[in-house]
This record gives sequence, C-alpha cells and structure tokens, in this order.
Amino acid sequence: MRYHPHTEEDVSKALQTIGVGSIEELFDDLPRELRDPEMDLPRGMDEVALLDHLRSLAAKNSMSGPDFLGGGVRRHFIPSVTPHLALQSEFVTAYTPYQPEVSQGILQATFEYQTMMCELTGLDVSNASMYDGATATAEAALLAVRQTRRERVMVSRGVHPETRAVLATYLHPLGVTLDVVDLDPLTTPRLVVPEDVAGVVVQQPNFLGYIEEMTALTAATHAAGALMIAVVDPLSLALLAPPGAYGADVAVGDGQTLGNPANFGGPSFGFMVVKEELLRQFPGRIVGQTTDVDGKRAFVLTLQAREQHIRRSRAKSNICTNHQLAALMATVNVGALGPQGLREVATGSVEGAHTLATRLEAAGLAPHTAARYFSEFVLPVAMDAAAVRSELARRGIHAGVPVPAEYGLGDAVLLSATERVRDEDITALATALAEIGAARAREVAHG
Amino acid sequence: MADFPVIYERSRPGRRGAQPPQPRQFDLEAALGGENLRKQPPRLPEVSELDLVRHYTQLAHRQFSIDANFYPLGSCTMKYNPKVNEEAARLFQDLHPYQAPETAQGALQLMYELQDDLAAITGMDAFSLQPAAGAHGELAGVLMIRAYHESRGEGDQRRVVIVPDSAHGTNPATAAMAGYEVREVPTDASGEVDLAAFEAAMGADVAAVMLTNPNTLGLFERKIRKLADIAHAAGALLYYDGANLNAILGRVRPGDMGFDVVHLNLHKTFTTPHGGGGPGTGPVGVKAKLRDFLPVPIIAKRGDEYVIDEDRPRSIGRLRSHFGNFGNLVRAYTYIRALGREGLREVSGHAVLNANYLRVKLKEIGFRVPFDRVNMHEFVAQPPEGMRTLDIAKALLDFGMHPMTVYFPLTVKEAMMIEPTETESLETLDAYVDALQQVLERAAEDPNYLANAPYETPVRRLDEVKAARQPVLRHRFEERGAPGS
Repeated sequence: MRYHPHTEEDVSKALQTIGVGSIEELFDDLPRELRDPEMDLPRGMDEVALLDHLRSLAAKNSMSGPDFLGGGVRRHFIPSVTPHLALQSEFVTAYTPYQPEVSQGILQATFEYQTMMCELTGLDVSNASMYDGATATAEAALLAVRQTRRERVMVSRGVHPETRAVLATYLHPLGVTLDVVDLDPLTTPRLVVPEDVAGVVVQQPNFLGYIEEMTALTAATHAAGALMIAVVDPLSLALLAPPGAYGADVAVGDGQTLGNPANFGGPSFGFMVVKEELLRQFPGRIVGQTTDVDGKRAFVLTLQAREQHIRRSRAKSNICTNHQLAALMATVNVGALGPQGLREVATGSVEGAHTLATRLEAAGLAPHTAARYFSEFVLPVAMDAAAVRSELARRGIHAGVPVPAEYGLGDAVLLSATERVRDEDITALATALAEIGAARAREVAHG
Repeated sequence: MADFPVIYERSRPGRRGAQPPQPRQFDLEAALGGENLRKQPPRLPEVSELDLVRHYTQLAHRQFSIDANFYPLGSCTMKYNPKVNEEAARLFQDLHPYQAPETAQGALQLMYELQDDLAAITGMDAFSLQPAAGAHGELAGVLMIRAYHESRGEGDQRRVVIVPDSAHGTNPATAAMAGYEVREVPTDASGEVDLAAFEAAMGADVAAVMLTNPNTLGLFERKIRKLADIAHAAGALLYYDGANLNAILGRVRPGDMGFDVVHLNLHKTFTTPHGGGGPGTGPVGVKAKLRDFLPVPIIAKRGDEYVIDEDRPRSIGRLRSHFGNFGNLVRAYTYIRALGREGLREVSGHAVLNANYLRVKLKEIGFRVPFDRVNMHEFVAQPPEGMRTLDIAKALLDFGMHPMTVYFPLTVKEAMMIEPTETESLETLDAYVDALQQVLERAAEDPNYLANAPYETPVRRLDEVKAARQPVLRHRFEERGAPGS
C-alpha cells in the first residue's frame, strides 16, 4: 500500500521545477557509503492481507468473558456516543492548537476538561493533561521539590507499584530521596513527616482498594510544611470526598476510568490539578479564556513561559505533547453520563465489589474486609497468584491481578468490580475460585 | 453574535444522557463510611444525548485538521493518518494490561515484532516501546546515557549535554530534567553545526550530544560522521532526536551514522494521529552496549511464547505504567506492514521532493530562504522584507489552510518552518503557493489588510496578554459556591 499521491508525471514536473534529475539526487548530502541500507523488513501488504494478518494476531488474544481485573485499569461502560463524538476526524487529526483562530474546537473542549477536573477534585487549576497517572505523579513530586526547595519525598506503599517505580526513575537523577511508608496492614498508618520532606504521596483508594484516612494524613503532611499529593481514581470522586475537601495541595491520577478503553494499558491520560498558589510551578499545557478583537469569548494556550519551547533548559518540565484525545474522550464521556450517571457507574462498582466479597465469604473464602474498600479488595489464595490468574483465564474468566510480595500478604490476588458485573459473573468467579482452591488442597494432600 | 456556549451553559438540572446499568439499593454510607463521602456533588454537565452530539459536532467544526485542511507545520510531520490504522487499533482496544499473558499473545507478538521493525529501520540493536511521547523518549535516552557513564565510573565527571542552538526546546529541557547542564553550540553559515565550536565544546565533562538530523532547518548535517567521531573520541555518546526521521526513512540510518541512542515519534513518521496534541508515542532504541539500561518492560520471546520481561537489574527502571501507548503501537505496526521496506523508502523520497518543490515555488513569489540549497523534508523561509510572519500566518487561515510553524527555530528571524509531507499532491502545494501570493498582493493593495487578518474564522486575533495577565482557567459557575467544601 502507499499513501502518497504522485503520478510519474507529477514526479517529473516537481523534479523539473526543482532543477534536479532524480529523487535520488535530492539525497546527495547523505554520506555515500551509508546510503540505502538493507533493512530486514517484510514487503508491503494490500489492505485485505493486512487486515487478515492483524485479525489473526487479535485472535490470539482473549477479551471476552466475566471481568474482575483492576489494578488501576477497569473496563467500565462507555456509551456509544462517546467514541463517536470524541473520535471525529477534526479532533483526531489536528495537532496542538498553536493557531487559536482555527482551533477553538480543541481549545474549548480542553477548557471544559479543565473545569471538569477542578470540579471532580475540588482544586483550583488543572492542566490540559499529561501522559498517564504515573508520570503525572512524578511531575507532582518534582513540583513539590521546586516549591519547597526540599529534596525528600515520602510515598505510601499504597501507591501503585508502577507509579512508585516511575517516581524513582524521575527523582533519582536529581538526587531527590524517596522514602516508602509501609502499610499497616491494608492502609497507610498515621504519619510522622520530617521537616525536610517536600511532598507526601498517598493514593486514594490505595492500590489494594482500601480507603485511606486522607484528612489525618494531610494534617500530618502540612504540619511539616510539605505538600500533600493525592493520587486519585477520578471516577471514585463521584462518591468519595475530593482532594480539595481534605486539603490536598495537588491531585493527580490516571483518567482511564472516565471513559477510555483499557487499550492494554495505554493510551489513557494523566491529570494534575493544583491549588492556585502552585500555578507558577505547574508543568504542561494550560488553556485560558480570553476575548478576541471583536470582543467574543475565545480560548487560547496560555502561561506558556513555564514550558520547554520558551524556557528551554529552565522549563518546569520537558513535556511537550499531552494526551489530548484521551482527555477529550473523558470530557465527552462525563458529559454523556452527567453527574447522575457518573454516580451510578461508581455506585454500581462499589456495590459489585461488596456483593462479590460477601459471596466469596459465603463460599468459604476469606477476602480482606477488615478495612473499608471501594471497588477492589485483596483475596488470599492457596497457591501462586499468577497461577490462579491463569487457571481462571482457562475457565474464561479475567480476574486475579497478583498482589506483589512487598505487601507481605502472602499469595493473594486483587479482585475488582465494575457496574457491568452481573450476578452470574460473580457466581462463575466464586465457583471457579472454590474449584481451584479445592484442586490445590487435593494436590497438597496427595503431595 | 452570542458567544459559542460551553457545555456547562447548556446544562439543565435533571436532564440526562446515557444511562449505565442501574445499581440496586445499596447503603454507600455503611460500605464507605460517612466521613469519606463527598458532601457536595461536582457540577458536571446535565445534557441530553442529542445536546451533547450537537455540542461536540459543532466544536469539531471549529477546528482545522489534516483530514480537512493542508497542515504543513514544520517539525510536526502532519501527514495523512491512514484509516486502516484505526480499524487495526480497535481490534485490540479492550485488552487489559494485567490479563494473563497467555491470553494476550497476539498483542505481545505485535510489540515484539515492532521492536524488531524499528531496530531494522533505524540500525539500532534493541528497542523499548515504553515512552509516551518524543520528549519522554528523550528522557529515557538521556537517563540511559547517564546510567552508562555511571556504570563506567564516569557519572560524576560527565555533567554536560551539548545541544545545537537550533535544537527543539525539549532537548535542553530533557537534559536538565536528567540532571545535566546544557552547553549550546552555534550554527555555521551553511546552517549546520559549527565544527570548530563543537570541537571546543567537547571534553571529558561531556556526557552526550543531542542532534536532530536533518536538523531543524531541514538540512542534513553533512559532517555527521566527523561529529560522531569527535564525540566518541571524547567518551561522549550521541543521541538522535527522531523528530525528522521522515526525511531519511530507508535512505540512511541513525545507527549507521554513529548514533548510540535514538527516539522515534510514532505520531510523526509512523502516522499515528496527533489527536489535537497527543497522545504521541516515543519508542527508544540503543546500540548493544546500552541494551541493559533500556526501560522496562521489554517484550521477549522464550520458545514459542512471548513474555513481559521486567527482570532487568541494570535498567533505568520504569518510565510510565504498563507497556507504553499500545494503541499507537498497533497503528504504527499497521503502517509499517502496509508499506513494507520499499514503501517506507518512497515516503522519504516524496517527502523531500515535495519540500523542495515548495521551497523553489515560494522563492519565486518573493519569500526569502536563508539557507538556499537542497533541503530535506522541510525548510525554513522568511517573509519578504518588512513583513511579519505572524501576519502572514493569520492571513492564510482565511484560505482554509493551516500556517507553517512560526518563529522556530529561534535562530532565524521571522522564521517560517514548512513541512508539506509526502501525502500532499502538487495541486495542494500549488494552492498553498497561490494563497500566499494572494496574501502578498492584498497586502500591497491595502496597508491594513494584514494587521486585521484573519477575517473569516470563528474568532479573530485573540487577546493573549489578557489571557496570561488575568488567567481564567476554568468555567465560572454563577449559581453556587465552590465545590469540595
């Protein structure tokens, strides 16, 4: 296949205009001895062969069946209208709105997005999105370091392990120390924050699904003059107290749950919302409202003096592209659901998880329910957690994110629910887990 | 005329759109604890589904895009994004990153093959698909360079990253984020890196040199092998910013030119859509000596099985969650497999052909070309003496065409950086030239024409100073107090 339009005649005409004899001649500046390398690539395909090939790859994946996978990514209901609107050609194939006169579509939608994120988090200023929740969290930690001029960051082990790994990657080269606070046993214990700490990072609900005492943790953080960075699931904020209510300085997180497909983990988008006094240290693009020469309301990229294309090595971050299209998906999706629909999605997820835990207990299993949880919780299992996940997959059930050993909970899996979970799915999972447990018990007995 | 409403102004209490499955009676307070519940609901839009459709469809109509408009933004490679890519991405969009790997073998195979394809295209030895954007790929690359020097006991000694003065802003910003000082080298009269200044800047304190080739002036750095030799002799590594790879696809490879690390912008060269600003995708490739430092995870093959390899003790670690922007990896893979090796080579040929055609045509109508020689996929021009680039850009909007990149690179006054890409026809390029000529003619007839342009766009000449001095960064609700209280 090819996507360039030139006929042979076009090529001749262009070459003649330029005054060269061949396309090859245009590459005369390239080192002759390195020209036209062998590339080990297949030949091009026509569209039928191409789609056949891709479908054969897709057929090696399984995407259907009861679904209890979580760990930060969940397959919530996305109304048909969401992708139809958000994935219109004009939004998909535009670039950064450098020319505001012909980019009001994206600029206004971003302004609506920023407003939505401020409303959900209860904080003052949102940027126009970042790569994902993990990088947004790392950028928030760097913001805290700049703001306080301190070089230590505390992070709860309740923050997603991958997010903590990204934090470590970002902080290490700048010489910032990262201290990890252990859970006790399912939530973050009361903190004593040393005076040299720039920021404290806590996830709500935490990686294991349990609800943290954010008010007390924030008070301890502020007592040391540090910033509270709350990592939140934006969908949970339809029900849970927003970061602004407990005094967090920065809210960050991943927006996948607001209406993006799972996409095997990406792209979704990261968000960052801060108190107004942190605006000067804020990374990333921001859209502002203004007027045009005729006095009409209009939107434009603003406060760009913080960014890399102006400030270069003194920029607040090197971030250039954001995750605009995924943020737009969320904006449209929240518009489609409205406050009531969003609340129903969140409530259905909480209800699903609590129903599941009750049914597992009835089946003789022992999920951790000693702490309050949102839509996800930990279930101890009698064998290697990844093996349990594989056993469930063999039975056509997607469930059982392994709980990492660092949590000290032994062999255990995370189980998560969405509003899409049906009664028969819960029965299937409970039955399968009981069977797997029984089979394991027999093995051990005969072992 | 009234302002175009924001979605919150269309909202009416109690109006509803989509309905999710209805939860049963459930005691939230008992489950979550009253003290943890939100006291005041967020003010979100309450609109019908048709209201929503009209709103976002009308917004889409207030937006230029590749699908509707010629969009020759220099350095952004705004080429056509094939629709089959979108079809392909949908086949994989419901995969969950934590599902059992044996139930995602097709996705892992695709990533594994893409790692190899990108290595073949760039002449590198290994790739990680993790970085989410070009700048993110740069960060990965510079962190690997840092880890490399640290592994050789030279981490403390090498404190500097060299970038040309014409470099993308992300290069110096990335170097700073990775803890380095930035040393700029000037451009010489031919538009390339000044060799004498480069040699003077090089030393035992230099960790890396970040180069774009062709550079941001659209010119191929002819001394590239000499630059590589100088850098390597001083113990520094060479970083390739892949923003301009479209120019040399299949013609010459960064790995063969002497680069040790490269990032690619899949949203430029490999046709994943720009999405109004992102998501981009910035895979990073390295020579064998840096392989161990690649960010995790890497997709590996053990026997017939594709596996997620995170157990790499010398890795710089993780740069984001999961496997990268997988949806865009599917699109890029689809594009590479559609074109194949011959097709990819044609891409650079026609991209360079179009850019040179446009350069010659613009010169004919009075635009200046500061570095007037055969360029690669883009070139930098200047308006006729006495005219401002900004005015010409604004005037172009009335012709339904997107302007070029303006005022970049910073080293050229009134710079207009133009990249037509290979997917545009000569008719479109001629129409652009014709539009620019009309702009010049009208400007000559009417001294006020340019200052007031554009005339036909939904809004005209925004007050950007007001936007920055009195920032309004969210919709102001009138009816009640702040949320979250």
